[in-house]
Amino acid sequence: MTDYRTPAAKVRGLGASGHASKHWMAHRVTAIALFFLAPVFVYMLAMSGAPDPAAARAFFASPMGAIITLLTLTAGLAHMRSGMLEVIEDYIHKPFTKTVLVLANSFLTIGLWLVTAFALLKLAL
Amino acid sequence: MASDWSDPRPMSPHLQVWRWHATMASSILHRATGIANYFGAVAIAIWVILLAFGAEGSVAFLFEGPMAWVTRFALIGLTYAISYHWLNGLRHLVWDFGKGYDPKGSNLRSILIMIGAVIPTALLWLNLGA
Repeated sequence: MTDYRTPAAKVRGLGASGHASKHWMAHRVTAIALFFLAPVFVYMLAMSGAPDPAAARAFFASPMGAIITLLTLTAGLAHMRSGMLEVIEDYIHKPFTKTVLVLANSFLTIGLWLVTAFALLKLAL
Repeated sequence: MASDWSDPRPMSPHLQVWRWHATMASSILHRATGIANYFGAVAIAIWVILLAFGAEGSVAFLFEGPMAWVTRFALIGLTYAISYHWLNGLRHLVWDFGKGYDPKGSNLRSILIMIGAVIPTALLWLNLGA
């Protein structure tokens, strides 16, 4: 049977995903956000009286505490997701294990972001 | 030791026969602290969720008796990991501008950052009276 597909068409989609520069840039953007957010969040949480539940609740319920936590949480989980993806892709080479870990990383970071954001809004509103 | 290796060409250096140096240690530490921060952030997020649902009592044992010291020790470690990753991450951003690649300065900055990360960690925990 004659194969009419061109050599280019046969290899298209088999190589790199083409998302590398986007991934690279997103990791820097979230890093710069965390450069400002992480120290403020860590300091504020440390000084809030946590882990005392009443003090911690008051901190997360305060407008400033809720906003800083939400911002740090969002930038942090995005940075964690792309950073851990890098680690998985570097060290895990078995296709099945790699796929499971990449999915677990995405589900954990995105899921935790939504549930924690909901929890923060519940505490703050 | 008998070996099947017969290729006379020099072997590529392997981690186990590689002399440790400052920039190698700081690179590995950047990944290690990144992974530590990952699990630290997951733990804090879970704790926020427990607070919102009034279920923080299920982890109250972490802050009671001798266990409180284990938790405190882990949190001091996490503070160091965040401090280190923050400082070395800043260095990564400077590298992105093509600056800071001289070998001598790189070794010096690696050691300065490893020691320097102790400062915010100590200041924060001394403030907390730990």
